[in-house]
Amino acid sequence: MLITERDRLREDVLAIAELTDCHRASLIPILRKVKEKYRGIDTYAMQLIADVLGIHPVEVYSVATFYSFIQPQTQGRLAFRLCRTLSCELEGKESVAEQLQRDLGIGFGETTPDQVFSLEWANCMGMCDQGPAMLVNETVYTQLTPGKVHDIVEEYKSQQEGHVTKRQAERVL
Amino acid sequence: MSDKTTLPKRRAPLSQLLQPDLEPAPPVVEGTIGAKITVTIDGIETKVPLGTTILEAAKSIGVKIPTLCYHPDLEIAGICRICVVEVEGQRTLQAACAYPITDPIRINTYSRAVRLARRNVLDLILSEHCGDCYSCMKNGNCELQSLAEEYGVDEFRFGHLEVPVPVDDSSYSVVRDMNKCIRCRRCVRTCIDLQEVGVYEAVNRSNRVSIETFLDKPLLTVPCINCGQCINRCPTGALYAKPALHAVWKAIDDPAKHVIIQTAPSPRAAMGEMFGLEPGTTVTYQMNTALKRMGFEHVFDTNFTADLTIIEEGTELILRLYKALVQGDTSVALPQFTSCSPGWVKYAEHFWPEFIPNLSTAKSPQQMFGALIKTYYAEKMGLDPASVVSVALMPCSAKKFECNRPEMNDSGYKDVDFGLTTRELGSMFRQAGLHVPTMPKSDFDDPFGGATGSGLIFGATGGVMESALRTVLELVTGRKLETIYEHGDIIPVRGFEGVRYAELTIDEVGPVPSILAHLVPDWEWLRGATLKVAIAHGTANARKVMEDIKAGGHFSKCHFVEFMACPGGCLGGGGQPIPTSKEIRSARARAIYGEEKTLDVRKSFENPAVVRIYEEFLTDGPCGHKSHELLHTGYIDRGKFIE
Repeated sequence: MLITERDRLREDVLAIAELTDCHRASLIPILRKVKEKYRGIDTYAMQLIADVLGIHPVEVYSVATFYSFIQPQTQGRLAFRLCRTLSCELEGKESVAEQLQRDLGIGFGETTPDQVFSLEWANCMGMCDQGPAMLVNETVYTQLTPGKVHDIVEEYKSQQEGHVTKRQAERVL
Repeated sequence: MSDKTTLPKRRAPLSQLLQPDLEPAPPVVEGTIGAKITVTIDGIETKVPLGTTILEAAKSIGVKIPTLCYHPDLEIAGICRICVVEVEGQRTLQAACAYPITDPIRINTYSRAVRLARRNVLDLILSEHCGDCYSCMKNGNCELQSLAEEYGVDEFRFGHLEVPVPVDDSSYSVVRDMNKCIRCRRCVRTCIDLQEVGVYEAVNRSNRVSIETFLDKPLLTVPCINCGQCINRCPTGALYAKPALHAVWKAIDDPAKHVIIQTAPSPRAAMGEMFGLEPGTTVTYQMNTALKRMGFEHVFDTNFTADLTIIEEGTELILRLYKALVQGDTSVALPQFTSCSPGWVKYAEHFWPEFIPNLSTAKSPQQMFGALIKTYYAEKMGLDPASVVSVALMPCSAKKFECNRPEMNDSGYKDVDFGLTTRELGSMFRQAGLHVPTMPKSDFDDPFGGATGSGLIFGATGGVMESALRTVLELVTGRKLETIYEHGDIIPVRGFEGVRYAELTIDEVGPVPSILAHLVPDWEWLRGATLKVAIAHGTANARKVMEDIKAGGHFSKCHFVEFMACPGGCLGGGGQPIPTSKEIRSARARAIYGEEKTLDVRKSFENPAVVRIYEEFLTDGPCGHKSHELLHTGYIDRGKFIE
């Protein structure tokens, strides 16, 4: 990470930490902010957060790995999260999942090589009456069908210029 | 960096952070915390203070409730559920360790529901535990093993861990075998709350949870200080000190090697526990005989170099004070910190690198001895230093790291070849069939002489400070210490409070003794001066003192601060027999102070072997050229950020 990037990260962390006088209580807000802005929480970021809050890096690591939405691994700019719980299963999430994998060119738990799309499972998001449900970053999509999902993905792809799927990248290599 | 770092940063609840001795207890009101309440446990009625946990109440009337995640030194976690009991009127079973009694309740600790639940918990734990008991370092001293025996486990009902994960033996001191981990988080609480070093934490969630270091990196690469407190509190064999006993046996078996051992004071106060004696029974002289029978050529007393440390460290302090007070040198780093505890040294190198100049450059007694064995001793005995194998018996796991520090070879060889813990030597004694408590007594070998009291008390927190003060006070005032303190015991620096502070005024000064005459012309500059000293044990307390010093608080006005990485000092070290608790540590401390009283030489500069070595070998005196070469060292700025 470049020094200027580290400075920017430090500013972002301090901006939130100082609201609580650098108390450890601001750990989750900081992690959410860093995850949102940098799409991942890297080794340096975890140690920096720990240093600012006066706690240990391993505690930051522990909290980050506890919550699905602030996992430290870097994700794409658009995180697709498909609900895997029972009512969505009954409404046919399986075919939606297959369509998603085909359209995005990646499996669950993977990120496209250009760091634009990530695909992962999520647990219940409270949309059980309108399943199958899916989150794309903060936006909820409900009553999904393979066709509907295809349109959604195409819509996002058209907004992302120069997006390369995993399969396309493999073909080039 | 923000300077707003005043709020408590520890994760412990505030009630546990408050030091009871600082705040007077409020008067007890009926129905509040502290008031007595009647509780019935297994039909036995007793009165306990409101807020007592069921576990404590049961213990007070001799009812045993099994525990795994509970440890008397640590905060309550209530996660292993082995201590469940039935509370009448409650729908579910309750964890005894985490249930404060607030009503007059009736408890059953062994009803059918309780027994079945405990067996279930145990079977579930065993399903994730790789129980190769006979190939385990904790065989025979394992809390999980004895529970399995107690509950008659005859099969692995829910299966058994079969795919082993690699054992992390990257560290010089601590080995982690996560196949035996039961996720009780005692090591997590030890490292974060008790020691505030923060190496381990529970990572991931639910059935995928595991205890990991930062990013699951090898222990060698994270800021672990090797104190081994986690080893002392691990209920299974998941954590253990890196064994050196096989290498030591090999050296003993090799007729071409001259194997000698130095023994530190704390293992002598604890070795008895390895043979089932009560904590606090010293076996110093019996152990000497056993060691010689086992095949060590000579048995030396680390107290000799503890005394040497005092002379070197005390001289360094006097020089620092002289430079700062008389010569007006503002670059002198004060207060001076002790450097005997390798755990504390590494803690300072990682977390307080800006204070490295404050660390005394004097080596720890173990390393001083190592350097002298392969120079002075080899020369005196006409031995080739290459054939000498120098072993150190220490209460400590960090000493294993210390003797492997690359700079510790000032004799031209590896100064100390192997560090043994009390537990390892205990197991060697058992292998050799030597029952230490019944051995005849024998003394330490020359040329380093027998035990001195000033070196002995290094084992307890405050001991280094007391030894240093005994020497400094007597050398400066020229008066016998016994005329200042009764029996020469400097009581203000003793005790078990985490942080202690004492002031000693020097009313009169005497002539400069010959040993220091080349360094300072007179003591007049110390007349009427007040020597301010502080003592901290356990790195959590060290952190408090360091934060205060950094903020310019009253500890920054101190002249000399003793730091010990382990709670209780060396006698609570990471190489000592398991289990440990406050009571066991105080018993060991009593043993050390008790033995100290019986010794003739109780001041470092009066130790005849020390006097002789300055006459024969270190002829340019304390902090002279030769002693700097052999007995002093440097430190590394390690920092806490890792790649």
